[in-house]
Amino acid sequence: MRAFLDQIFVLGKERVLALFNGAPGWLLEIISSLLNIVGLLIVFLSLFALVSVLERKILARIQNRLGPNRVGPFGLLQPAADGIKMLIKEDIVPLRADRVVHFLAPILIAATAILALGIIPYGRNMTPFAIDGGILFFFAIGSTTELSVFMAGWGSNNKFSILGAMRAIAQMVSYELPLILTVLPVVMVVGSLRPDAIVAAQAGYSLGVIPHWFVLTPWGAAAFLLFFVSGLVESNRTPFDVPEGESEIVAGHMTEYSGFKYAIFFLGEYLGMFAIGGLAVTLFLGGWHAPFSFFEFVPSWLWFFAKLGALIFVFIWVRGTLPRTRVDQVMNFAWKFMLPMAFACILAAAVWHYAGRGWAAWAWSLLVVALIYFALARLLDTGQKFAPRTYRFAE
Amino acid sequence: MNSAAFIVIAILTLAAALAAATLRKLVHAALCFAAAFVGVAAFYFLLGAEFVGLIQVFVYVGAVAVLIVFTILLTRREVEEDRAFHWSGALVALAVFAGLAWAIFKSAGLSVTATAIPGLTVKQIGEMLMTDYIWPLQCIGLLLTAALVGALVLVMEEKR
Repeated sequence: MRAFLDQIFVLGKERVLALFNGAPGWLLEIISSLLNIVGLLIVFLSLFALVSVLERKILARIQNRLGPNRVGPFGLLQPAADGIKMLIKEDIVPLRADRVVHFLAPILIAATAILALGIIPYGRNMTPFAIDGGILFFFAIGSTTELSVFMAGWGSNNKFSILGAMRAIAQMVSYELPLILTVLPVVMVVGSLRPDAIVAAQAGYSLGVIPHWFVLTPWGAAAFLLFFVSGLVESNRTPFDVPEGESEIVAGHMTEYSGFKYAIFFLGEYLGMFAIGGLAVTLFLGGWHAPFSFFEFVPSWLWFFAKLGALIFVFIWVRGTLPRTRVDQVMNFAWKFMLPMAFACILAAAVWHYAGRGWAAWAWSLLVVALIYFALARLLDTGQKFAPRTYRFAE
Repeated sequence: MNSAAFIVIAILTLAAALAAATLRKLVHAALCFAAAFVGVAAFYFLLGAEFVGLIQVFVYVGAVAVLIVFTILLTRREVEEDRAFHWSGALVALAVFAGLAWAIFKSAGLSVTATAIPGLTVKQIGEMLMTDYIWPLQCIGLLLTAALVGALVLVMEEKR
């Protein structure tokens, strides 16, 4: 029963493939790929609908409001209403816009996000596209997002759009570096770029309960935090949503988009968030492995989505808590803190590996991370003192 | 199946490259250029060189195309009006083409029935880079670092 529930989707796919028994090999391959794609789309489009309403609910809870509660039970049918609204809205294209580029930008943004989702192992034997350089594929695809953001900004022929696109590209290029460098220690320690191998390397438990997740090592914890922050920036989420800062530049590169095209940008942003979250789960949080050995009876895919859900909740929580940063703050943070710390993680991982990967290695790598962190803190300290803010109100 | 894929990809890549060379608007040309890069990456995938294909997308679409696009964003729009034919450009293109053609005809592996070689894994490439080719790798690293520092120096100068 346990094994059946764990493999239920794999078995289901085999059932469907068995219907085409006798078909030539290449046809079976295509059908198998199509099944993977359809599964991926169904899961993540419904997750998108669910998270979009949950985000509004959680934000409302943080701000002491009720949030959407009119459509369906607890407002759960809100995404359907939103979708219909977006579909019947007029699609406005500015007269002086570059029509082709303007049209292609949202498509590219959503397509690349979906492609990136393909390499993540969602459960035991449940990687839609298991390729040798999976991690590399993720970042190769992710790096094309900048181009589509540029297309949106340029194609709109609007100064706010171009300003937003420039901000977005600048911050994405800057944070791609720490994002990739924090993945390196994991790749170094595992010795493979295959997501399945990385998940397999995190199997097993110390003392019977403590999992061998990379986030529980000092270098892994530091790398995970850096990866998470870079992921926030890459998916343009608050507090790093300067590209669409509505108080300054309307909506950045999305200013001239309306109706369903705007919805697709929204979809792209969420899918990007899922992809980054999924990769973080795969790299640092043990993928689909259970957190304790006595929880292994729960199906592996359930664990993956539980972890992904927890990460998305933190994404939303951060959005509800922190104010937007300034452009110069974002950039300074990337080059002066994130980048050196990412290198520190690589160093600490190397120390961990050569000290034998045991408890002593744990302590040594903690020492390396802590030393570099405090040295950086001393170096970057501007000596600025912040006096308590005084507020004056009209009498 | 493979030859059909080859023809389709070749047509698309060549069309994108041609468009990049002839389109009126600089931005369109840059985007077509990126599309041509993706086409070349598809060739690498077709040949089973997965790693090279991924790096092709990563470096050329993710970095070079974005660099071009950034340059367009930061420069004047009047440049687009320049429609004159540049002999120097044609000369450079011819020289590059001649060099590539020479290299292709010189290489020994240009037999019609190529023997199947086992696909290189990412791990093998990494090991080669870290052992046999460590010095070229370090030299390139030094060169790129120097370029980065040089770019920073240029920008700092302007600030003064």
